[in-house]
Amino acid sequence: MLIDNEFIEAVRRDMLKFAQLQLRDAALAEDAVQDALTAALTSERSFAGRSAFKTWVFGILRNKIVDLIRQNSRTTNISSLSDDEQAMDESFDALFNNSDHWQSNNRPQNWGNPEESLREQRFWEVFEICLNHLPENTARVFMMREFLEFETAEVCSELAISVSNCNVILHRARNGLRRCLEGSWFAPGERRC
Amino acid sequence: MLSCKESTHLLSEALDRPLGTGERIKLEMHLLICNGCRNYRYQMDFLRAACKNFTSRNEAGDDESGKKPTE
Repeated sequence: MLIDNEFIEAVRRDMLKFAQLQLRDAALAEDAVQDALTAALTSERSFAGRSAFKTWVFGILRNKIVDLIRQNSRTTNISSLSDDEQAMDESFDALFNNSDHWQSNNRPQNWGNPEESLREQRFWEVFEICLNHLPENTARVFMMREFLEFETAEVCSELAISVSNCNVILHRARNGLRRCLEGSWFAPGERRC
Repeated sequence: MLSCKESTHLLSEALDRPLGTGERIKLEMHLLICNGCRNYRYQMDFLRAACKNFTSRNEAGDDESGKKPTE
Protein backbone atom coordinates (compact mmCIF):
# COMPACT_ATOMS: atom_id res chain seq x y z
CA MET A 1 0.00 0.00 0.00
CA LEU A 2 0.99 3.64 -0.26
CA ILE A 3 2.10 3.95 3.33
CA ASP A 4 5.86 4.16 3.19
CA ASN A 5 8.43 5.24 5.72
CA GLU A 6 8.59 8.77 4.47
CA PHE A 7 4.86 9.18 4.88
CA ILE A 8 4.91 7.66 8.36
CA GLU A 9 7.68 10.05 9.36
CA ALA A 10 5.62 13.03 8.19
CA VAL A 11 2.56 11.82 10.07
CA ARG A 12 4.67 11.17 13.12
CA ARG A 13 5.98 14.74 13.10
CA ASP A 14 2.46 16.17 12.91
CA MET A 15 1.30 13.86 15.69
CA LEU A 16 4.20 14.79 17.92
CA LYS A 17 3.53 18.48 17.48
CA PHE A 18 -0.13 17.97 18.32
CA ALA A 19 0.59 15.79 21.37
CA GLN A 20 3.33 18.01 22.69
CA LEU A 21 1.25 21.16 22.52
CA GLN A 22 -1.35 19.52 24.70
CA LEU A 23 0.71 17.41 27.04
CA ARG A 24 3.68 19.74 27.40
CA ASP A 25 5.87 16.82 28.17
CA ALA A 26 8.19 15.53 25.47
CA ALA A 27 8.49 11.99 26.84
CA LEU A 28 4.76 11.57 27.40
CA ALA A 29 4.02 12.93 23.95
CA GLU A 30 6.58 10.62 22.38
CA ASP A 31 5.03 7.59 24.11
CA ALA A 32 1.49 8.55 23.15
CA VAL A 33 2.49 8.97 19.51
CA GLN A 34 4.42 5.71 19.47
CA ASP A 35 1.50 3.80 20.99
CA ALA A 36 -0.96 5.28 18.54
CA LEU A 37 1.24 4.56 15.54
CA THR A 38 1.93 1.01 16.65
CA ALA A 39 -1.76 0.39 17.17
CA ALA A 40 -2.53 1.72 13.73
CA LEU A 41 0.26 -0.07 11.90
CA THR A 42 -0.37 -3.45 13.47
CA SER A 43 -4.11 -3.35 12.98
CA GLU A 44 -5.68 -5.59 10.39
CA ARG A 45 -7.69 -2.74 9.03
CA SER A 46 -7.11 -1.57 5.53
CA PHE A 47 -7.35 2.06 4.58
CA ALA A 48 -8.72 3.68 1.49
CA GLY A 49 -5.68 5.91 1.32
CA ARG A 50 -3.23 8.04 3.21
CA SER A 51 -5.89 10.49 4.36
CA ALA A 52 -8.00 7.75 5.85
CA PHE A 53 -4.96 6.34 7.63
CA LYS A 54 -3.94 9.68 9.04
CA THR A 55 -7.41 10.51 10.23
CA TRP A 56 -7.63 7.16 11.94
CA VAL A 57 -4.27 7.30 13.66
CA PHE A 58 -5.03 10.82 14.88
CA GLY A 59 -8.26 9.48 16.34
CA ILE A 60 -6.26 6.98 18.36
CA LEU A 61 -3.86 9.70 19.43
CA ARG A 62 -6.69 11.94 20.62
CA ASN A 63 -7.98 9.15 22.83
CA LYS A 64 -4.52 8.59 24.27
CA ILE A 65 -4.14 12.28 25.01
CA VAL A 66 -7.51 12.34 26.72
CA ASP A 67 -6.55 9.33 28.87
CA LEU A 68 -3.31 10.99 29.91
CA ILE A 69 -5.06 14.23 30.75
CA ARG A 70 -7.57 12.28 32.84
CA GLN A 71 -4.84 10.51 34.77
CA ASN A 72 -2.99 13.74 35.25
CA SER A 73 -6.06 15.62 36.45
CA ARG A 74 -6.31 13.33 39.47
CA THR A 75 -3.02 14.60 40.77
CA THR A 76 -3.05 18.27 39.76
CA ASN A 77 -5.39 20.95 40.87
CA ILE A 78 -6.46 22.69 37.69
CA SER A 79 -8.39 25.40 39.46
CA SER A 80 -5.54 26.72 41.56
CA LEU A 81 -4.20 29.91 40.07
CA SER A 82 -0.53 29.97 39.05
CA ASP A 83 1.53 33.15 39.09
CA ASP A 84 1.38 33.27 35.31
CA GLU A 85 -2.37 33.06 35.35
CA GLN A 86 -2.61 35.72 38.01
CA ALA A 87 -0.41 37.94 35.86
CA MET A 88 -2.62 37.35 32.83
CA ASP A 89 -5.69 38.37 34.82
CA GLU A 90 -3.99 41.50 36.04
CA SER A 91 -2.91 42.52 32.58
CA PHE A 92 -6.45 41.86 31.35
CA ASP A 93 -7.90 44.09 34.07
CA ALA A 94 -5.44 46.80 33.12
CA LEU A 95 -7.05 47.06 29.68
CA PHE A 96 -10.10 48.69 31.26
CA ASN A 97 -10.84 51.96 32.99
CA ASN A 98 -12.66 52.39 36.28
CA SER A 99 -16.04 51.79 34.75
CA ASP A 100 -14.81 48.61 33.04
CA HIS A 101 -14.79 50.04 29.56
CA TRP A 102 -11.77 49.76 27.25
CA GLN A 103 -9.01 52.26 27.78
CA SER A 104 -8.81 54.00 24.43
CA ASN A 105 -5.34 52.69 23.55
CA ASN A 106 -6.24 49.14 24.54
CA ARG A 107 -9.39 48.81 22.52
CA PRO A 108 -9.39 45.60 20.44
CA GLN A 109 -8.39 46.45 16.92
CA ASN A 110 -9.86 45.59 13.59
CA TRP A 111 -7.88 42.66 12.18
CA GLY A 112 -9.08 43.21 8.65
CA ASN A 113 -9.50 39.88 6.90
CA PRO A 114 -7.76 37.58 9.35
CA GLU A 115 -8.88 34.47 7.43
CA GLU A 116 -6.26 35.31 4.84
CA SER A 117 -3.61 34.63 7.45
CA LEU A 118 -4.74 31.03 7.71
CA ARG A 119 -2.99 30.37 4.43
CA GLU A 120 0.34 31.70 5.63
CA GLN A 121 2.89 29.37 7.12
CA ARG A 122 4.35 32.21 9.22
CA PHE A 123 0.97 32.79 10.83
CA TRP A 124 0.89 29.21 12.08
CA GLU A 125 4.32 29.59 13.56
CA VAL A 126 3.14 32.63 15.50
CA PHE A 127 -0.05 30.83 16.48
CA GLU A 128 1.91 27.93 17.96
CA ILE A 129 4.23 30.21 19.85
CA CYS A 130 1.20 31.99 21.31
CA LEU A 131 -0.35 28.66 22.32
CA ASN A 132 2.88 27.60 23.96
CA HIS A 133 2.94 30.83 25.91
CA LEU A 134 -0.32 30.05 27.67
CA PRO A 135 0.17 28.77 31.21
CA GLU A 136 -0.15 25.00 31.40
CA ASN A 137 -3.57 24.58 32.99
CA THR A 138 -5.08 27.39 30.99
CA ALA A 139 -3.76 25.80 27.82
CA ARG A 140 -5.03 22.38 28.81
CA VAL A 141 -8.61 23.52 29.29
CA PHE A 142 -8.52 25.57 26.12
CA MET A 143 -7.12 22.78 23.98
CA MET A 144 -9.55 20.22 25.35
CA ARG A 145 -12.31 22.52 24.28
CA GLU A 146 -10.94 23.64 20.93
CA PHE A 147 -8.70 20.83 19.70
CA LEU A 148 -10.20 17.77 21.31
CA GLU A 149 -13.63 19.34 20.87
CA PHE A 150 -15.09 18.47 24.21
CA GLU A 151 -18.27 20.24 25.24
CA THR A 152 -17.57 22.68 28.05
CA ALA A 153 -19.54 20.54 30.50
CA GLU A 154 -17.36 17.55 29.66
CA VAL A 155 -14.16 19.53 30.12
CA CYS A 156 -15.37 20.60 33.56
CA SER A 157 -16.32 17.14 34.66
CA GLU A 158 -13.15 15.51 33.29
CA LEU A 159 -11.00 18.01 35.12
CA ALA A 160 -13.25 18.28 38.16
CA ILE A 161 -13.76 22.03 37.98
CA SER A 162 -16.95 24.04 38.11
CA VAL A 163 -18.61 25.39 34.98
CA SER A 164 -18.02 28.97 36.02
CA ASN A 165 -14.37 28.23 36.61
CA CYS A 166 -14.18 26.60 33.22
CA ASN A 167 -15.66 29.72 31.65
CA VAL A 168 -13.16 31.90 33.44
CA ILE A 169 -10.27 29.76 32.25
CA LEU A 170 -11.49 29.68 28.63
CA HIS A 171 -11.96 33.43 28.66
CA ARG A 172 -8.44 33.86 30.03
CA ALA A 173 -7.00 31.61 27.34
CA ARG A 174 -8.85 33.31 24.51
CA ASN A 175 -7.90 36.71 25.73
CA GLY A 176 -4.27 35.69 26.07
CA LEU A 177 -4.22 34.31 22.55
CA ARG A 178 -6.04 37.31 21.20
CA ARG A 179 -3.50 39.69 22.64
CA CYS A 180 -0.56 37.57 21.62
CA LEU A 181 -1.81 37.44 18.02
CA GLU A 182 -2.68 41.10 17.99
CA GLY A 183 0.73 42.06 19.32
CA SER A 184 2.77 39.71 17.16
CA TRP A 185 0.82 39.37 13.98
CA PHE A 186 -2.17 41.59 13.33
CA ALA A 187 -1.11 44.95 14.64
CA PRO A 188 2.44 44.85 15.81
CA GLY A 189 2.65 48.56 16.54
CA GLU A 190 6.25 48.74 17.58
CA ARG A 191 7.66 45.99 15.46
CA ARG A 192 9.89 47.43 12.83
CA CYS A 193 12.75 45.30 11.80
CA MET B 1 -25.94 48.57 30.73
CA LEU B 2 -23.26 46.00 30.08
CA SER B 3 -19.66 47.03 30.58
CA CYS B 4 -17.01 46.10 28.04
CA LYS B 5 -15.43 43.73 30.50
CA GLU B 6 -18.71 41.91 31.07
CA SER B 7 -19.33 41.77 27.39
CA THR B 8 -15.96 40.06 26.76
CA HIS B 9 -17.06 37.31 29.15
CA LEU B 10 -20.35 36.83 27.32
CA LEU B 11 -18.59 36.88 23.95
CA SER B 12 -16.30 34.10 25.12
CA GLU B 13 -19.15 32.09 26.65
CA ALA B 14 -21.13 32.44 23.46
CA LEU B 15 -18.58 30.04 21.94
CA ASP B 16 -19.42 27.46 24.57
CA ARG B 17 -23.13 27.69 25.22
CA PRO B 18 -26.20 29.35 23.72
CA LEU B 19 -26.72 32.67 25.49
CA GLY B 20 -30.07 33.37 27.09
CA THR B 21 -32.45 35.87 25.51
CA GLY B 22 -31.73 38.51 28.14
CA GLU B 23 -28.00 38.09 27.72
CA ARG B 24 -28.27 38.30 23.96
CA ILE B 25 -30.28 41.49 24.06
CA LYS B 26 -27.90 43.19 26.48
CA LEU B 27 -24.96 42.11 24.39
CA GLU B 28 -26.44 43.25 21.09
CA MET B 29 -27.27 46.64 22.60
CA HIS B 30 -23.74 46.99 23.83
CA LEU B 31 -22.22 45.93 20.51
CA LEU B 32 -24.27 48.55 18.69
CA ILE B 33 -22.40 51.29 20.43
CA CYS B 34 -19.04 49.68 21.10
CA ASN B 35 -16.52 49.29 18.34
CA GLY B 36 -13.90 47.64 20.58
CA CYS B 37 -16.27 44.88 21.60
CA ARG B 38 -17.39 44.36 18.02
CA ASN B 39 -13.76 43.79 17.11
CA TYR B 40 -13.47 41.50 20.11
CA ARG B 41 -16.37 39.43 18.85
CA TYR B 42 -14.77 39.00 15.41
CA GLN B 43 -11.53 38.08 17.09
CA MET B 44 -13.26 35.39 19.17
CA ASP B 45 -14.89 33.97 16.04
CA PHE B 46 -11.56 34.04 14.30
CA LEU B 47 -9.89 32.14 17.16
CA ARG B 48 -12.48 29.41 16.88
CA ALA B 49 -11.95 29.23 13.12
CA ALA B 50 -8.18 29.19 13.51
CA CYS B 51 -8.32 26.31 16.00
CA LYS B 52 -10.51 24.26 13.67
CA ASN B 53 -8.18 25.04 10.83
CA PHE B 54 -5.16 24.11 12.93
CA THR B 55 -6.49 20.65 13.71
CA SER B 56 -7.67 19.95 10.21
CA ARG B 57 -4.34 21.11 8.75
CA ASN B 58 -2.60 18.73 11.08
CA GLU B 59 -4.87 15.80 10.61
CA ALA B 60 -5.86 16.09 7.03
CA GLY B 61 -3.89 13.48 5.20
CA ASP B 62 -3.28 16.11 2.58
CA ASP B 63 -1.67 13.72 0.20
CA GLU B 64 0.56 16.52 -0.98
CA SER B 65 2.25 17.00 2.35
CA GLY B 66 4.13 13.75 1.85
CA LYS B 67 6.01 15.04 -1.12
CA LYS B 68 7.75 18.12 0.00
CA PRO B 69 11.28 18.44 0.76
CA THR B 70 11.14 22.17 0.12
CA GLU B 71 14.44 23.77 -0.40
